[in-house]
Amino acid sequence: MKSFYGTQLSNPLMLGTAQYPSPAILEQAFRDSGAGVATVSLRRESGAGQTFWQMICELGVLILPNTAGCHTVKEAVTTAHMAREVFDTKWIKLELIGHTDSLQPDVFQLVEAARILTEDGFHVFPYTTDDLIVGERLLAAGCEVLMPWGAPIGSGRGLNNEYALRAMRAEFPDVPLVVDAGIGLPSHAAQAMELGYDAVLLNTAVARAGDPAAMARAMMLAIEAGQLADLVDPIEARDMAEPSTPVIGKAFLS
Amino acid sequence: MKIVLNGEPREVCAEILSDLLVECGFSGRVATAVNEGFVPAGLRIAHKLADGDRVEVVAPMQGG
Repeated sequence: MKSFYGTQLSNPLMLGTAQYPSPAILEQAFRDSGAGVATVSLRRESGAGQTFWQMICELGVLILPNTAGCHTVKEAVTTAHMAREVFDTKWIKLELIGHTDSLQPDVFQLVEAARILTEDGFHVFPYTTDDLIVGERLLAAGCEVLMPWGAPIGSGRGLNNEYALRAMRAEFPDVPLVVDAGIGLPSHAAQAMELGYDAVLLNTAVARAGDPAAMARAMMLAIEAGQLADLVDPIEARDMAEPSTPVIGKAFLS
Repeated sequence: MKIVLNGEPREVCAEILSDLLVECGFSGRVATAVNEGFVPAGLRIAHKLADGDRVEVVAPMQGG
């Protein structure tokens, strides 16, 4: 498995911490899935922050703070600095939102913010689209990981453009790639791993499921299955049938 | 002095950022910004506040 800025993940599931019915269920989802990374955010302190921090520490996973909700380079850079201090990590999931309805990344500002943050010593995980040229620009800006969307955040639509994600994998064979956002079902997560992606980042599909802990486990099993399948050279699809049972030696009975 | 703390207008006695955090009961892991600029923890003790400053105090929160 590829390393993320020199760190090996214990497994390829990056799990969000928002929208769970209760903190206990959130904790159970992490325990049952064994997710290796937790995404977190910063919000105005209203008293709940310190309890949440304590719980996250007890999970014993790697922490990936985000810049969710930021619409400008300045906002995202300031948020990243605050996150580095609070969470004591160089990792930052860089989100620069460009569109209110689709939450599509503003890739122009994303590249600029990625450059500034990399120069400031951050390890940037950019939430991007599946555009190859943007991917190249992000790498040139210093990113060592790319996180293209599968579909809009929270939509659960799966991999909207498998062709583009496949092309991205082929274009950047040595770069750790993460499908971030849009996953709704374990089959979507398995598909991402079958394409050769290195990890999957998801939140809503687990947190909003009827049984989040069980869904987290289902996602992990699917990710493991997809990852294993990718490693063992799957067959090519074909148009016509090909009998799997030997034709020679069949008894003559008609 | 009148400031805006996390979006709410406040009348406070503190004139230094670190004192403001104590006065308003913030502790633990928080990060601060004044007038949209990050103020690292180590510089709070030297950061003088002015009337009308916009102060943000943020803490860990759930995120995706």
